[in-house]
Amino acid sequence: MSRTASPELSSDGIQIERHWQELAGRRRAYSWIIAIGLLVTIAGSLWFANESNAGKFFDRLPHLFDFAGDLVPRDGWEVWRAMFDLPSPYFDGSLKYDYPEGRVYLFGGFYMPEYFYKMLETLNIAILATLAGFIFGFMICFLAAKNLVKNRFIRFAARRYMEILRAFPEIVIAGFFAAILSLGPIPAMFAVGIHTIGALGKLFFEVVENADMKADEGLRAVGANWFERVGFGIVPQVMPNFMSYALLRLEINVRASTIIGAVGGGGIGEELRLSIGRGHQAKTLAIILLLFVTIIAVDQFSAWLRRRLVGEQAFTVGG
Amino acid sequence: MSAITADTIADFETRYPAVFNPPFWRRFMPVLIAAGIVAYVFYCWWFFSIGTVLAGGQWQRAELYARDWVSYAIKTTVRPGPTGATVSYPRFSELGDNPNPSWVVRDGNNVAILFGSDKKLDINDQRVIVTRGGENLTVLLATDGAKPQGPLPSWATLKEDQVTVSFGFAGQADIIPQRVVVSRRFLGWANFVFDTSSPFWGKPFGEVASLIVSGERIKPEMSNASLAFDNIWFNSSWQHGDVWTKLLQTIVMAFMGTLMASLLSFPLAFVAARNITPNFFANQITKRFFDFLRSVDMLIWALFFTRAFGPGPLAGISAIFFTDTGTLGKVYSETLENIDDKQREGVKSVGASPANVQRYGVLPQVLPVFASQALYFWESNTRSATIIGAMGAGGIGLKLWEAMRTNTNWHNVAYMVVLILVVIFIFDGISNALRSRLTGKTQH
Repeated sequence: MSRTASPELSSDGIQIERHWQELAGRRRAYSWIIAIGLLVTIAGSLWFANESNAGKFFDRLPHLFDFAGDLVPRDGWEVWRAMFDLPSPYFDGSLKYDYPEGRVYLFGGFYMPEYFYKMLETLNIAILATLAGFIFGFMICFLAAKNLVKNRFIRFAARRYMEILRAFPEIVIAGFFAAILSLGPIPAMFAVGIHTIGALGKLFFEVVENADMKADEGLRAVGANWFERVGFGIVPQVMPNFMSYALLRLEINVRASTIIGAVGGGGIGEELRLSIGRGHQAKTLAIILLLFVTIIAVDQFSAWLRRRLVGEQAFTVGG
Repeated sequence: MSAITADTIADFETRYPAVFNPPFWRRFMPVLIAAGIVAYVFYCWWFFSIGTVLAGGQWQRAELYARDWVSYAIKTTVRPGPTGATVSYPRFSELGDNPNPSWVVRDGNNVAILFGSDKKLDINDQRVIVTRGGENLTVLLATDGAKPQGPLPSWATLKEDQVTVSFGFAGQADIIPQRVVVSRRFLGWANFVFDTSSPFWGKPFGEVASLIVSGERIKPEMSNASLAFDNIWFNSSWQHGDVWTKLLQTIVMAFMGTLMASLLSFPLAFVAARNITPNFFANQITKRFFDFLRSVDMLIWALFFTRAFGPGPLAGISAIFFTDTGTLGKVYSETLENIDDKQREGVKSVGASPANVQRYGVLPQVLPVFASQALYFWESNTRSATIIGAMGAGGIGLKLWEAMRTNTNWHNVAYMVVLILVVIFIFDGISNALRSRLTGKTQH
C-alpha cells in the first residue's frame, strides 16, 4: 500500500510521509526476514527429522495404515467378545483368544471385564493424581501470589519450586519411583501428581493475583490474620476457577496416565502396549475403543461441570 | 453500636429465611464433598493397596540412586599377600589404564586406602585396620573368613565370612579373606568431557587449550581441535553426540508438530465456527473431526505412526500434529465464535469481498490469541514429546527410559534431565515473552 507523496502535501507532510514509508519498509523487511528464517528452519527440521528417522517418509508412506490394517478383526463381534471377556469361537488354545481368562470377579459369578477394570485403574490414577495436585497446588499457590505475599524471596522460591515440579520430565519421576516401588500404578500416580502440583499451582496463583482485593481489605480492617484473610477473602472468590482448572487438568491427566501406563505404569496403557506387542488384533481394537469412549466421556463430563461452575469463560486453555 | 433486641433478630430471620435457614444441601455441601473425597481416597488406598506397596518399597534405594545422580564410585580390589599386595582396578575404570590415585598409598607390603582426613583402611597380609573418626576396628584375615577383633561398631556389619565397613558418602569396603573390595565415591561426573581413551584425558584445562591452539598434531590426519571435538562428541560414557542429537529430535518433534497443527487447524477453524461459516453440516463435520483427532489419544497416534514410519521424529511429529490439530482446532473455533461482530459488519458495510471481511474484520481480533495458544502448546508439547519418545517415537525420551531401566546409569539420567530442564525453561521463557507481547499483558 505504498503511496507517493502528492504535491499538495506541505513540507512537514512530506517528511511524515517519508518517515512512514521508512517505517513500513523496515517492517516489511523484518517480516520477510522472519518468514525466510522460519521457512529455512522448517525445511531444516523436516530434513533432520526424515534423516534421523528409522524409516524414510516417502518409503514408508504406503505403510501408513499398517497399524489400522493389523487391527481388522475376524468378524464384527470379535471386538465385543474381547471387550467383555466372552469366549471366542476361534479359541485354539493360544493366548490370542483367551478372553474368559481376563475376568476380575467382584463377588460370586459377577465379574468385571479385565479392560474395564484396567480402565478404572487408569481413571483412578488420574483422579487421585489430580486430587493430590489440587491439594498441594492449593497450599503453595497463595505463597506465590504477589498480592498476598510481600516477601519477594518466598514468592520467588514458591514459583521456582512449582516450575521445577512442572518441568521435571514425568517419565523420570515414574522411572525413579518404579526403581523403588517396582513397576505399577503408584509410580505413575507420583509422576502425574507431581507434575500436576506444578501445573495447577501456576494457574492457581495467576487466578489469585487477579482476585478482587476489596474483601481482603475489609478483613484486614477488622484485624484478621493472614490465614483468615486468605480463607474468607480470597478462597471463596477463586474456588470456582480453581475447580474449573482442576477439571481441565483431570482431562489432561487421564491422557497422561494412559501414556505413563504404556511405559510401565500399569492400567490400560500397559494393557494396550502388551496387546499390540503380542499381535492381538481384537483385543487392541477393544482397548482403543474403550479408551476413545472414556476420554470423550471424561471431556464431556468435565465440560458440563465447568460450564456449571464458571460459565462460558471456562473454555480458555492456558491463559 | 447499640445491641440488637430479640425482636430485631426475629425480624431479620423472617426477612432473610434463605440466609438463616439454608436448605439442607446448601448447608452441608462442603462437608459432604469433603467426606466424599476422604471416602474416595480410602477406596483408592484399598484399590491400589497403596499401603502395602509403600511399605514394601526399597526406600534405601532412593538414597543410593539419588546419590548416583551427582557422584560416581571407583572400585578397586586389594589382594594382600606375603610378597606384597596387588591393587587392581576394573578394566574400564574411570581412572584410565594406569591408575595411580592419591587415595591409595603403598608402603612396602602395606596398602592404605584413604577415605578422608580421619577415615582409612590399613591393609597388610595378616589384618586390616579400619579407622573411622576416633574408632578403630581390626579385622584378621584368616583363611576361613574375616575375623573382627572386639565389638563391631555401628558402621560395620559381619555377614558370614565377610565384614562390610561403611564410610558414609565417601564409600565402603568389603573385607573378604583373600581380598578387600573398595568402593570410593566422589562428588561430580567422572570424565564428563574426555573419556579415558582420549589423548586429552586427565590433562588440566590450560594444557588442553594450548594443545588445541598451538600444539603438535596428536593424530596426523586431523587437527587437534577437531580431534578434541571428536573425542568429546563420541565420549563413550556420556555419549554427548547421541544425547544432543536425540534432544534436537525431541525439540524438532515439538516444534514441527505444533507448527503444522496450528497451520492446518487455522483454516479448518474458520469452517468449524458457526458465525463464520453459516452451514450446519460443515460446522458439525469439522467439529466432530477435531473431537476425533483429540480423543484418539496422543498415545495411540504415536503407536500408529511408529508402526508406519518406524521409531524417530517423524512418528513424533505426526502424533503431535494429529492430536494438536484437534485441540487447537477446537480452541481456535471457540475463539472465532466469541469474536466481536462489529468489526466484521463495519468491513462488510463498505463493500469488502468475503476474503477481505475475514482479513480485516476477523483476523486482527483473533491472531494474537491464536499465536498465544500455539506458543502455549509448543511449550507443553516439548514435555509431551519426551514421553511419547519413550513409547517408541524416539528422541531423548527413549534414551532416558533406556538409561533408567539399567538402574546403574543414573548420572546419565541426571545429565539428560538437566538438558531437558534447560530446554524447557528456555522455551517457557520465549513462549511467555512472546505471548505477553502478543496479548499485551505482562506475566510474572
